[in-house]
Order: sequence, then structure tokens, then C-alpha cells
Amino acid sequence: MTTPTDLLATEPRAKRPTRRTSVTLTAGAVLTGLVALLALVSLLWLPYGPDDTSGGRLAGPGDGHLLGTDKLGRDLFTQLMTGSRIAFGAGLGSVAVAALIGVTLGVLAAFAQGWLDDTLSAFLDILIAFPTLLLAMLVVAARSATLGSAVLAIGLAQSAVVARLVRILVKRVLTQDYITAARTSGTSWPRTVAGHVLPNIWPTLVVNLALQFGLAVLAEAGLSYLGLGAPPPNASWGRMLQEAQATFTTAPAGALAPGVLLVLLVIGVNLIADGLRDVLDPAGRGRRS
Amino acid sequence: MTPVLELTGVAARYRGARTDVVSGISLAVRPGESLALVGESGAGKTTLLRLLLGLARPTAGEVRFDGAPLAPRDREQMRRFRRGVQCVFQDPYSSLDPRRRVGAIVAEPLRSLGLDSRAGAAPKVAAALEGVGLPADAAERYPHEFSGGQRQRIAIARATVCDPRVLLADEPVSALDVTTRVKVVELLAELKRERGLTLVMVSHDLSVVASLCERTAVLEHGRIVEQGTTAQVLGAPGHPYTRRLLDSVPRLP
Amino acid sequence: MTLLDVSGLTVRAAGGRALVTDLSFTVDSGERLGLIGESGSGKSLTTLAVLGLLPEGMTVTGSAVLAGTQVVGAPEKRLTALRGRDAAVVFQEPLTALDPLMRVGRQIAGPLARRTGLKGRALRDATYEALDRVRLPEPGRVARAFPHEISGGQRQRVALAAALACEPALLIADEPTTALDVSVQAEMLDLIDTLVREREMAVLFVSHDLAVVAKVTDRVLVMKDGRAVEEGAVRDIVGAPREAYTRDLVASARALESALDLRSAP
Repeated sequence: MTTPTDLLATEPRAKRPTRRTSVTLTAGAVLTGLVALLALVSLLWLPYGPDDTSGGRLAGPGDGHLLGTDKLGRDLFTQLMTGSRIAFGAGLGSVAVAALIGVTLGVLAAFAQGWLDDTLSAFLDILIAFPTLLLAMLVVAARSATLGSAVLAIGLAQSAVVARLVRILVKRVLTQDYITAARTSGTSWPRTVAGHVLPNIWPTLVVNLALQFGLAVLAEAGLSYLGLGAPPPNASWGRMLQEAQATFTTAPAGALAPGVLLVLLVIGVNLIADGLRDVLDPAGRGRRS
Repeated sequence: MTPVLELTGVAARYRGARTDVVSGISLAVRPGESLALVGESGAGKTTLLRLLLGLARPTAGEVRFDGAPLAPRDREQMRRFRRGVQCVFQDPYSSLDPRRRVGAIVAEPLRSLGLDSRAGAAPKVAAALEGVGLPADAAERYPHEFSGGQRQRIAIARATVCDPRVLLADEPVSALDVTTRVKVVELLAELKRERGLTLVMVSHDLSVVASLCERTAVLEHGRIVEQGTTAQVLGAPGHPYTRRLLDSVPRLP
Repeated sequence: MTLLDVSGLTVRAAGGRALVTDLSFTVDSGERLGLIGESGSGKSLTTLAVLGLLPEGMTVTGSAVLAGTQVVGAPEKRLTALRGRDAAVVFQEPLTALDPLMRVGRQIAGPLARRTGLKGRALRDATYEALDRVRLPEPGRVARAFPHEISGGQRQRVALAAALACEPALLIADEPTTALDVSVQAEMLDLIDTLVREREMAVLFVSHDLAVVAKVTDRVLVMKDGRAVEEGAVRDIVGAPREAYTRDLVASARALESALDLRSAP
């Protein structure tokens, strides 16, 4: 009774899920990689010290200063490099906070029923509606204006968005028969979440987190612009923009350089997010329609 | 003989609902005596199955396993219960985790019930896959590489890998093509015959029921309207609803 | 008179793989043809191709002439005129075929008004009559309901009423009873049979279930992997299948049926 015809005469077998590379993913990785390289190099070597004001005020590009200097005579390229480090720190830190809190709350909310579900959902709605700026001011007031405070504020704000997404994704997975099969196989809830739920929401989650990374970089620049981010002498791109604002017409390099890098990095991670969506999308794999 | 599974005066309702989905259900599953639960949508088949699987709790009456009331908090009993009662689902596309290899899927009951280590499970998984007529290298592949019929075989391998006594099957062949359907029915019949498996099958397909089950209970609107041996129920239906079901089966000219 | 003439029909997926290969068949007016095959046989794609409804990316070659109009390669505007008037379709899943946000009555009144030009009270009466004809109890209540408020069997009746509202020359039914309960399926098959017989309508009935097809049609075409395997009168195909695949199909259906006969023998 074995090897019946349905084993032999079936639709052609789909290939094993291979990691397809995509153009968007490559382009995004190149852009993001350039900025990441700046950040990594800055850890080991900088053209000038961050406090070195020997360059003369608002010097133009060239003459030992690749992009010139700012109004205090500090090297712009040096500041850009430390700024990229801060940007990455802000992006990664915020996403880590958002993922940790968001996934935990989201999974809890998905399992919650009755009043607990309502309470959690209401809490998330309030957190999403709460302005990030106000949240940042509160965190800064409670702690102090540091990169950590900015990261915490951004991460908290984003965790609500992540939690809501995770809640919906988990709820959808929980309706699948393989979850019931896991239960009747004697698999405990924690193991079911770790072994079945998270792997199945992972692709969508990763894409969303990549987008959140870009948003976090922008948010940190905004907060530093307002003086709520990393304190001087740390050259956050946001603060560089703010400092160069007054002299924009005479020395545009000071504002253009961080602005361009900011745009490149955000476009880069968004491209990565798009590329990941294509590569990781399980719907494109083998399911019969 | 003590029934493996027994429902006594069981009723259940959805959370927040005012009326029962099923009520006054008394059933006994004796070893070696496969039982079919027949009915159409809304008859409460799925709810009964969830009760029998210990996934839902009755609002009245009792679910008994080996004569003892099922207590979800009794870990030792639940472990014995899960090992003794396994399940096959209707939709083979939804019942296999798309992100796991077939080997891991089939090994899940062994691993989760703490019966085997990863290495210890491998030969049992291979044997289970062979038992359902799948090639040995299937373990290395992913569910989407298989057809509907093959996927249902994988699901049956998972449900039989830990040598259960009872196999609960929820419309196990209704999502399959006719030729595949016959083969999966044959496989289930073979498992019954050779491994002494007792089948509890939820189905609306009377010909599948007739092929596999010695006893039949007919459900309508959450109540059992008729139960007895399959020959009795289908051969001399006492309830008009059973007669209507029988008359509705499309026949070849 | 030939109502539908399909010849050399080939449907290819976006990647170029042939899903339906060189398929030819005809349906005369008033004739009922069954397309039978298992999943992946291309039977549903064939019906979509006949209506010019194939998903984007698929390519069709060959010819499908419906009521004198060549469907293959025809502009959308021509096809829109064709659908409903010359051919109407009932799909497997009535929940997706009906607009979830529109009351049932309006979904039938729309095509009715287009065909008859009725308005107001007369249109409403005609709608109720259409619902009554598919044996829906309380047509007034059903007409005011949204699709999700009625049962699966009732939804499929509504879909049938909507398809029949235009009095099409050809009714295409794609697994119309597969999602239904057995007793509801029996009623539905009976209903389709009666209604098309009354109107002398042609039917193209697609199913994987030989017994179901046999209830409604007189002639069947067996398909496998996008090709025609065998064609003939239902009685001949079931009684004396010539091809191995058809024999397999009939034997499978018989095997299940015989179990039922054995058990239910008094």
C-alpha cells in the first residue's frame, strides 16, 4: 500500500527555501554599510580629536580638513564619523528596546482574553498616541539629556507600535492548526511560542524592525536638534544640523554633510527592509493557491 | 472493558454565549472500537473533538480518560493522556508548521512528552515516515515540498510516532482528491489493523465513516440523535436526520 | 447550435509552464458538460479562460468562442458585455464571490436592473422573485441581510440567483457545492438541475467529484495535468472508462461507495 501514485505524480516539487538575494537588499546593504563603516572606523581612528579646535573657524573643504570645519574650528568629517556612531547606537538601541518590550507585550496581549486584552490594547493605544517628544522630555527630566535617555524614549514609543503588530501576527498564528497540533503533542505554551509562534512571525517582524531602525535614527536626530539627545561634545547629526543652521548660507557644508548622511542611512535601511520582505516572505514559497 | 475515552452528560458553550453548543452528550470509546461522529456544520463536531482532546472543558458533565476524570492540572495524567490520544486535522496545509523540517514536525510529540532525545527520536521518526509510505529523506524537507495527500501522511506520522492508543481525526480526508482520499483511508485502515489503533473520527462523509468505523454517533444541533454500530445506524437509520444524510450522498449512476 | 467552442486552448503560467494544454471541447445550447479532474488538473483555469478572467501574468493561446465572440485576446469591454448575458458563473466559495459590504438584495437587483430596466417597486418584486426561485425562505429578510448574516448554503443560493438573474445562455458552475454540507449539497444540485432544465440553459459544471457531476450533466470531460484524458457520456465514462486515469478515478469513487453499501446493507 506504500508508494501509491500520489507520491509519484504530484506537482513538481518546489525548491528548498533558498536565501534569494535581491537588488534592493544589496543596494540597501551597500548604503547602510558605508555609514556603518564610518561608525566602525571612528571607534579606532579619527582624523582629529573631537575637541580639537585647531582648524580655524568655518574653514572650507581641503587644507587638511576634508569637509572643512565648523564655527568653533572643529573638523566636520571627524564630527560626521562620531555622528554616524551615535546614529547607529540610537537606531540599534531603540530597536532593541522596542523589540524587547514590544514583543513581550504583544505576545502577552495576543494570549490575553477578556478584560486583560482590553486593558493592554487601551494601554498600547495611549502609548501610540502619546507624542514621542513629550515622552522624551519626561525621560530627560527624570534622568538627564544623554544618548541613553533619547534611546529609551524612542524605544518606548516604538515598542507600542511593535507590540500592536506582534499582537495581530501572534493572534493569526494561534489560529493555525499546527499550534493545536503542538498542544496535543504535549508541547508547553512557552515552547510553543519559542518554537512555532516566533519563527512564524519573525519575517514580518524583522522587516518592521528594520523600518523602525530608520525612524529611530531620524527621531534621535530630531531630539538632538532640540537639545534632548546626546550632550556636547558628542557630535550627533541632529546637533550638527542645529549648530550649522545659523551659518547655512555662508558655510553650507556643515548642514549638508550630516543631512546627506542621514538621508543615505534612512534610505539604506528602508531598502534593506523592502529587500528582506521579498526574501523572507513565506507566502511566496510553495503554498498552493 | 473500561472505555479509553468517555463523555458523560457533557455540555459546552462558547465563552460569553448564552446557549450550549453541545449538550447531554454521552459517548464511550472502547479500545479497538472505532467511533465516527457524524454531522454537518454547526452540529458541534469540532467542539466535541476539542473536549475529547482536553483542549476545552465542559460546562457540565465529565470527560474521562481510562476511567478517571480528565484534570488539566494533573501533569502526570495529562502526559499519559497526550501520549495515548493523538490527533490528525482536516487541513494539511494549516496543520504543519511551514518553518520546520518534516523530521522536527514528526518528532514533536516525542520531544515534547519527554520520551526521547533528539538523537533517540530519529529512528522512530524514520520508522513513522516509512509507516505512512513516505521516503526516508522526507525528514530533511519542508512541508511545502509535499502535496496535500503527502502532507496528510506527515500529519498521520506525527500522530502515530509515540504509539498512541487512540487517534482522533477531524475530517482527515475531506480536503483531499478522491484518488488520494482512498489511499489515506487505506492507510488509516492499515494502522487500525496492524497497530490496534482506535480511531475517533469526525466526519460528514458517510462513505469514509463506513470504511473505517465500527460505531457511529449522529449529531444534530449539538445533540446525539442516534448512535450504535455503523451497520445499524447506516443500515437501518432510526432518526429522520440520519435518513436525510444517507439520501443526500451523491451516488455514481 | 454551438454555444461555446473551445479549441486548442493553452494556458501558460507567468514562467511559461503550461497549465492547460491544447484543450478542445464544445457545449451546445441547452447542453450540460461536466469538467472533471483533481487539483492541478487545470479545470478551474479553463473556466476562467472561457470568461477572460485569468489572473494577470498568465497567457492564453488557442480559441474560445462564446456565443459567437472570440474570448481569447478580446478587450475587457467586450468581455464585460459577454459576462452575465451570455455566461454567468457560480464559484466554490460564495463568501468571496459576494460583496461583503452590500446587502444581498442589491447584489441581485443590480444585474436584474441592467437586463430588464426595471426600477423601484417592480425591481424589488423581481428581486424577491429571484430569491424565491432559488428556494430561499423569507426572500424579504434575506434581501435585507449582508452575506455574512446568512448560512453558507443560503449564500450559494444567492450567488446562483445572481448568476441566473441575467438569464445567461451558459451557466458555469465551478465546484459550487464543495464547500457545502452533504444535505445542503443535495438540495443545491437538485435546484441547479431543475432551474437550468426549466430554462433550457447550457451548463459547464466543474468538479472533482464524479458522483456530483453525474447528478447535473449528461456528458463529461476528464482532465489531468491540464490535458483532456477522455470525453463521453457520463454513463459510458462511469460504466466503461477507457483510459487508465479515468479507471483509477472511477475505482476510487466506487471503493468509497461500496463501503457505504456494505455497511448499510440491511
